[in-house]
Amino acid sequence: MALLEVNQLSIHFGGVKAVQNVSFSIEAGIVYAVIGPNGAGKTTLFNLITGIYTPTSGTITLDHESIGGKTPNELAQRGVARTFQNLQICLNMSAIENVMVGAHLRLDRNLFLAALRWPAIRARDQALRQEAAELMRFVGLQDYLQARADSMPYGALKRLEIARALAMKPRLIFLDEPAAGLNTKETQDVDALVRKVADSGITVVLVEHDMKLVMNLSDRILVLDYGKKLTEGTALEVRNNPDVIAAYLGAHA
Amino acid sequence: MHKSAFSGLYLIMAVLLVLPFVLPNSFYMDLAIRMAMNAVIVLSLNLLIGFAGQISLGHAGFLGIGAYASAVLPTHFDWHPLLALGAGAVCAGVLAAVLARPIFKLKGHYLAMATLGLGIIISIVVRNEAGLTGGPDGMPVPAMALLGHELSGDKLWYWLTAMLLSVAIWFSLNLIDSPFGRALRALHGSEVAARVVGVDVVRYKVSIFVVSAVIASVMGSLTAHYVGFVTPNLADFFHSLELVTMVVIGGMASVYGSVVGAVLLTALPQALTSFEGWETVAFGTILMLCMIFLPKGLVPTLAAKFGKGE
Repeated sequence: MALLEVNQLSIHFGGVKAVQNVSFSIEAGIVYAVIGPNGAGKTTLFNLITGIYTPTSGTITLDHESIGGKTPNELAQRGVARTFQNLQICLNMSAIENVMVGAHLRLDRNLFLAALRWPAIRARDQALRQEAAELMRFVGLQDYLQARADSMPYGALKRLEIARALAMKPRLIFLDEPAAGLNTKETQDVDALVRKVADSGITVVLVEHDMKLVMNLSDRILVLDYGKKLTEGTALEVRNNPDVIAAYLGAHA
Repeated sequence: MHKSAFSGLYLIMAVLLVLPFVLPNSFYMDLAIRMAMNAVIVLSLNLLIGFAGQISLGHAGFLGIGAYASAVLPTHFDWHPLLALGAGAVCAGVLAAVLARPIFKLKGHYLAMATLGLGIIISIVVRNEAGLTGGPDGMPVPAMALLGHELSGDKLWYWLTAMLLSVAIWFSLNLIDSPFGRALRALHGSEVAARVVGVDVVRYKVSIFVVSAVIASVMGSLTAHYVGFVTPNLADFFHSLELVTMVVIGGMASVYGSVVGAVLLTALPQALTSFEGWETVAFGTILMLCMIFLPKGLVPTLAAKFGKGE
C-alpha cells in the first residue's frame, strides 16, 4: 500500500469548489509533484493534507491510518512536515532557533524543569543546537549560523523553512513552491537540495511552477486544473498529454 | 542565548545587595520594594504579552484575587496568611485555566476585549461584596507570619522582594531559552508554523496565561501584606493598563526590559510630583514620546543601538 492515499477529496468554500474529488496515491521514497495553473487548488490541496483545512468530503490515509481532519500538530506527530509558499518564519527568533523549534516534539517541553534550568534539558538543547547547525549546513545556510531571521534574504529564508521541516525528522515533507521568487542559480541549488532530501529517504511532495525543476526532479506528477485532477503520470506522460498543454497554453484542444 | 544573557542578572543582584546601604531613608526603601514587586509581576506578564504575543488587559484582576484572598480569609475565616496566599494562587490559576480555553480561541482586539472584561468583572465583585471586602473603602490586611515571626519592617520586606525578583529574572531567562520558551516565541512569530512543527498552540497559550495569573496572584497577596491595606483600585482596569504599559515601555519580549519598565513607571509618578496638578499630563507626554521614539521599548531599542542583542 502507498504511504499516502487521497481518495475523492473535496473542499468547498461557500460556492467555490477549490478542490473537487481528487484522488491519488504516493509511494514511499519518491518525489511527487503537484502542478497546475494559478488557482488550480495546489496549495489548497496541501492545506487539506497537512491539516490546515478540514475536507468537506473524501479521505486521506497515511500509512493505513485515516488522517482527514486531524490538526497540524497531530500530523506533525505522525511525521508530516511542510514549508509554505508565503514564508512562515518566526522573525522574532534567530535563524538557528527557527530550526531548533522544528525538533519540538522530540524534546522535553516541561515548563517547570525548564525554568529551573534542569541539566538534562540544557544538555539536550546544547546537542540540538549542534544538530540544527548541521541541518543549516545541509541546506546551504552555513553563513547564517549566527544570524537573526529578520536579517536574512528571501532565498535563505526559503531554505531555513526546509531546514526547520527536516528538524522534525519527517517521513513525508510537503514543499510549497520551494523555488518561487528565486533566480536561476538559486533554483538549481534548490533542485540539488530537494534531491538530497529525497536521497536521505524522505518522501517529497512539491508544488512548483518552475517546469524545468519539476520535470527534472519528479518521479510522478499530478496535474490540477480548476480544482480537478487533469491527469497523473511520469514527467514524460504529463508533458505529452494534450489536456495539460491546453490547460497551460489556453488552447482549445 | 549567550552566556552574557545572565550578566544583566548579576548586575541587578549586585545593585540589590548594595541598595539598602545607600538609600537615605525609608521612603526610598518603600519605593525600591514596590519597584521590585512590580518588576516580578511585569516579568510574568511579559512572558505572556512579549514572548507569547497574547495580550491581557485584565491582569490586575488576578492581582486582586491574591490580595483579597490574603485580606479576607485571615480576617473573616481565621486562615493562616500563608494558606490564604496559596488559596488565592490556586483560585487565580483555576480561573485562568477554565477561562483561557475559550478566551484564547480569540485573537487581537477580541482577545483584548475578553481579558478586559474578565478584569472588570473581578474588580466589580470586589467592589460590591462590601460585607467581606469593605467595598470601595477597602479593608486592612493582617500581617504575614512566617515560622512564628511576623513579617514586618522595611529591611525584611526588602530582602524578600529582592530575592523574589532575582529568582523571577533567572526563571524567565531559563524559560525563554528552553523548548517550552521556543514554542511560545514560535507561536508568536508564526502561529501556523508553530502548529505545523507540532506545537499545541492553545495548550501553550493556556499554560503561560495560568503561570502569569498565579504569579500575579501571589504578588497581589504579598503586596496586600506589605501595604497592610487593600482597595479595589488594586484590581481595576487602570492598574491592568499600568502593568501593560510597563511591559511596553521597558520592551516587549525583553526580560531586562520588564525590570526597567517596572522601575521607571513606579518611580516616575514620584519624580513628577513637583509638577503638582500637571503630573498626569507630564506622565502621558513621557509615555507618548517613548512610544514615538522607542517603539520597541527602552531596552531592545538601546540594545540594538549599542550593537548587542539580548
